[in-house]
Amino acid sequence: MTQYFDPTKYEGWVCADCNVPMQLGKVDISYLGNSFPVDLLKCPNCGLVLIPEEMALGKMAEVEKALEDK
Amino acid sequence: MTLAIVAGDFSGAHKVFRKSVPFPEIIARTCDQPCQAKCNRETLGGVIRVADLERASVEFSTEPPQKITILPKKKSRVAIIGGGLSGLTAAFDLARKGYQVDLFEEQNQLGGRLWDFSEEQLPREILERETKLIAQVGVKIHLNERVEPTHPIWDEADAIYLGIGKSASVYSFPQSVTPTTFQTSQPKVFAGGSLLHPYSSILSVSDGCRAAISIDRFLQKVSLTASRINEGAYETRLYTNLAGLASVETILPRQIRYTKEEVQAEAKRCIQCECMECVKSCEYLKHYGGYPKKYVREIYNNMSMLVRARTSNNFINSCALCGLCGEVCPTDLNMGQPIKETREKMVETSRMPASAHDFALRDMAFSNGEKFAMAKNAPIGGRGEAMLRPYNEFVYFPGCQLSGSSPDYTEKAYSFLRDTFYDVGLMLRCCGAPADWAGRKDLFAQSQAEFRAEHEKLGKPKVILTCSSCYQVFQQYYPDVEILSFWDVYDQHGQFPKREFFAPVAIHDPCSTRYESHIQDSVRSILTRMGGEIQELELSREKTECCSFGGAMWLANKPVAEKAVQRRINESPLDYVTYCAMCRNFFAKRGKRATHIFDYIFGGTEADLALVPAVGFSQNHENRARLKEKLLRELWSETMPEQAAFESIRLTLPDDVQKQVEDRLILVEDMQKVIEHAERTGKRMFNKSTQHYLAYFKPASVTYWVEYTSQADGSFLVHKAYSHRMEIGK
Repeated sequence: MTQYFDPTKYEGWVCADCNVPMQLGKVDISYLGNSFPVDLLKCPNCGLVLIPEEMALGKMAEVEKALEDK
Repeated sequence: MTLAIVAGDFSGAHKVFRKSVPFPEIIARTCDQPCQAKCNRETLGGVIRVADLERASVEFSTEPPQKITILPKKKSRVAIIGGGLSGLTAAFDLARKGYQVDLFEEQNQLGGRLWDFSEEQLPREILERETKLIAQVGVKIHLNERVEPTHPIWDEADAIYLGIGKSASVYSFPQSVTPTTFQTSQPKVFAGGSLLHPYSSILSVSDGCRAAISIDRFLQKVSLTASRINEGAYETRLYTNLAGLASVETILPRQIRYTKEEVQAEAKRCIQCECMECVKSCEYLKHYGGYPKKYVREIYNNMSMLVRARTSNNFINSCALCGLCGEVCPTDLNMGQPIKETREKMVETSRMPASAHDFALRDMAFSNGEKFAMAKNAPIGGRGEAMLRPYNEFVYFPGCQLSGSSPDYTEKAYSFLRDTFYDVGLMLRCCGAPADWAGRKDLFAQSQAEFRAEHEKLGKPKVILTCSSCYQVFQQYYPDVEILSFWDVYDQHGQFPKREFFAPVAIHDPCSTRYESHIQDSVRSILTRMGGEIQELELSREKTECCSFGGAMWLANKPVAEKAVQRRINESPLDYVTYCAMCRNFFAKRGKRATHIFDYIFGGTEADLALVPAVGFSQNHENRARLKEKLLRELWSETMPEQAAFESIRLTLPDDVQKQVEDRLILVEDMQKVIEHAERTGKRMFNKSTQHYLAYFKPASVTYWVEYTSQADGSFLVHKAYSHRMEIGK
């Protein structure tokens, strides 16, 4: 999995706790014992992650279904 | 074969034909068609002229001769005595399996009685050409050789087949031939052909073929009798619905032989016998493009890990378990049974996808948690006080979905029961159906144990049920608990004020009442007594259809569930009256005018009740919790346990967001938990230009996201919410 959303749409988001802008970085996401590195926006300080709506409902839902049917 | 002929594909038809018979050119011209006696066309224009179709398929075919494959040579030696059709067939089949075959024929030609057919019916050239096929597969042919009882082959051969008709009686043993195996009293000797029946070319082929199977098994030293059902001719269990089928007269050839057009027309008369009664009546069975026999085999293969079909999990979870297929099946095959067993097996072997039943199981957990679950004997006070005994005779069990959809009716129903029987307790909880449908024996057992404990505490009262799914669960899993249907009770003891019906109504029977005709009768009686005119749907009572709530179909497979509920809706333009809260909700959500029978019994007259919107999932939870709180307070002067922190989070949901979260199965309590967590820990994102916050939280297996704004009054305005099951981090 690489990148499944347009990061420019999410430029305005900052981590409210650390007050730093969210930045692109590798995040592992996993399901049913399978792990995938994905480029996501995250807080460089505390690691809070932003999963955009279109990715949750699109690619992630697709992968969940595929893994469940495996 | 007939389908290929109809399409004008004679080579295709030929290929189908020769796959099932050896010597197709001979059979096509000599078959005596015993199958015609069973042809369903008999009373609808005349039986199909099968042999003529077969003949046309070989004559009009441009297919090159078939390549015959032969298995590696085996050591065992088989003697075939008699060069008629049954002997030729046995020789052909056994030689192809790699056996060393010697065929003895006392005449100077192969074919036996085939030579009795006229040149016109069976040209000699074809007869000689096709019988020679056995030489091609390596059979050693001994013509002009009569096998006397003293012939050395009796000792040399490992197995012998006698296909010499009545003259076989010169040997002493063929008098007793076992009909399924063709074995004689002498184990290595087998016999068939017109020894057993009047001459029939197709039966001789059948004998030769089946005897070859026996000889192969005999030589491999395996069971001669195992798995031999439905070999040869047998009475079919296939049911073909002939209703509405027009009679079409037999097409006869104008010349001696059929033209291509004539034979196509005759082939078109073939009904293509098949049952498909269940597939015709079920969107789910139709969706996957097969039929139960195929499905059951697929499920079996999938479970025994022979083949893993990707669609299989979804297929198994999409069935509504409603039982209609079993009801319409002429042989009572109910797909729901293997499907449910498979779900249980999938759970036991950790192969059940987490998502399929999760929402329903969490709903069940909510119902059996402290927000809703309670069990009480009748409150002190009111009309029945004098009658109160330490233990109540009855307990009302309204079920979770009715309580969530219509808490006011639930309250009124309870009040009616107390007015009628005085000492009626109340038990709020889920019957466990979602766990049963999900194959979760563990969760069901837990729910069952909880029910039993509460029921015992109440003194084992008789249970009065409104929900038909509960009724089904109680019947199946609590045979010792006495149950009554609320509808039977109401029909007997209720009041029937006349209601205004502007048109006839159609009754939709919930699928879980399929075999509860007393409940169906009571509901009809109640409605009629209130002035309703009932028009029956074509599929009602034991043939009723599921609204797609059953078996959790609606959660596992939205597209199929949508088709199922729409199909039901499209059956009549009349208002539907039902007696299941979920059926009513499912119709109302799709704009179908529908009422619950409680609307007539307890509903007001000011609004058009058939148009009242369906209750959403969050509201359903809220209603259940409030019902418990209200009843506890008003009837038993008790208060609810303390609220969890997240429950104090107040949300505002604009209409479009309300719809969005309903579609996405996100509950208010899920969003409350996200915001409570974000506000308490500070773990959230902020967008300066929109002033929105975004936060996520994973209360159990699903991660929920909420984008929101803090309001001046301390509440939160929700802009969107979504969820996923994949986990962040490894």
